[in-house]
Amino acid sequence: MVKKIAPLALFIALAGLFLYMLTQMNRGEYNPRDVPTEFIGKPAPEFALPDLLEPNQMVSSSDFRGTPWLLNVWATWCPECWREHGYLNSLAKQRGIVIVGLNWRDELDKARQMLAELGNPFARVAVDKESDAVMDWGVYAAPETFLIDAEGVIRAKHKGAMNETVWQKKFAPHFETGT
Amino acid sequence: MTRIFLALSLVLASWVSSANIEVYQFDDPAQEQTYKDLVEELRCLVCQNQSIAESNAELAQDMRRKTYELVKSGKTKSEIRAFMAERYGDFMLYSPPLKPMTWLLWFGPALALILGFLVVVRLVKRQRQAAPSAISAEEIERLKALQSEATSARQSKDGTV
Repeated sequence: MVKKIAPLALFIALAGLFLYMLTQMNRGEYNPRDVPTEFIGKPAPEFALPDLLEPNQMVSSSDFRGTPWLLNVWATWCPECWREHGYLNSLAKQRGIVIVGLNWRDELDKARQMLAELGNPFARVAVDKESDAVMDWGVYAAPETFLIDAEGVIRAKHKGAMNETVWQKKFAPHFETGT
Repeated sequence: MTRIFLALSLVLASWVSSANIEVYQFDDPAQEQTYKDLVEELRCLVCQNQSIAESNAELAQDMRRKTYELVKSGKTKSEIRAFMAERYGDFMLYSPPLKPMTWLLWFGPALALILGFLVVVRLVKRQRQAAPSAISAEEIERLKALQSEATSARQSKDGTV
């Protein structure tokens, strides 16, 4: 009897596991391609890159010391970046969050056009044509968003599009405690 | 057969040829060798099952450039490995360091081999034990009785003829 039921039980258990993992993937809680990189709690890597909108100026990570800020890696070739753009706009405009854009390996005209059309949620946009900052920050896919506290330490990060659920879970707590 | 062979050689050829197209100048052959070794053992994070030498992804190109710059600036192999692992984790290294997190990775195959060996040993043993017990002692007795019965029957039959 046990021998007859065992394969069925095993099948149901596996099906349950797969269903669970699929829902986790759909919710953005789990991604099989995720690489565990440890940046949280470490000082944010420094960068100094040209400004997208003011090409003769430089955007430096040290410019934002003293206030918590977000670093958002984006590009026009990244579909999820288009999807999260509206949410970033509302974060910046309604909640007054400082977001610094890192435009990664993009065509600059297209990037400027996207900001002109969809609105610009970014305090500044740094241009990373050759993945210099991207490699220092351990980024390998866009979009990715980091939270850097007033002391320049990375407190949270999220791979994939930002939304209210992610914000409430990973980011909002750091703003309420004043870090 | 020829067709299969052709297809196979094509697959193998594409596997060997790398997407590495940049030409870099090195100060000495040792540096060049360091670079070549490194790009073969650093994982491309976009394609994940290719090294950055094999991958044509833009990030892999940038990583090759970064590796080149680090080699050129006189960094050693282990320093460059550490540089990459600090940013992208041990996952970036095709031969990750031995530590509790990677024990299963390093010793898993040997463990699987030992387990497989034990299973085979057990199966063979069981089969050997099963063979002689196919006929029980009781059945052997019955067989002998039948045999002797048959012989005596034959003998008495022969006698009558």
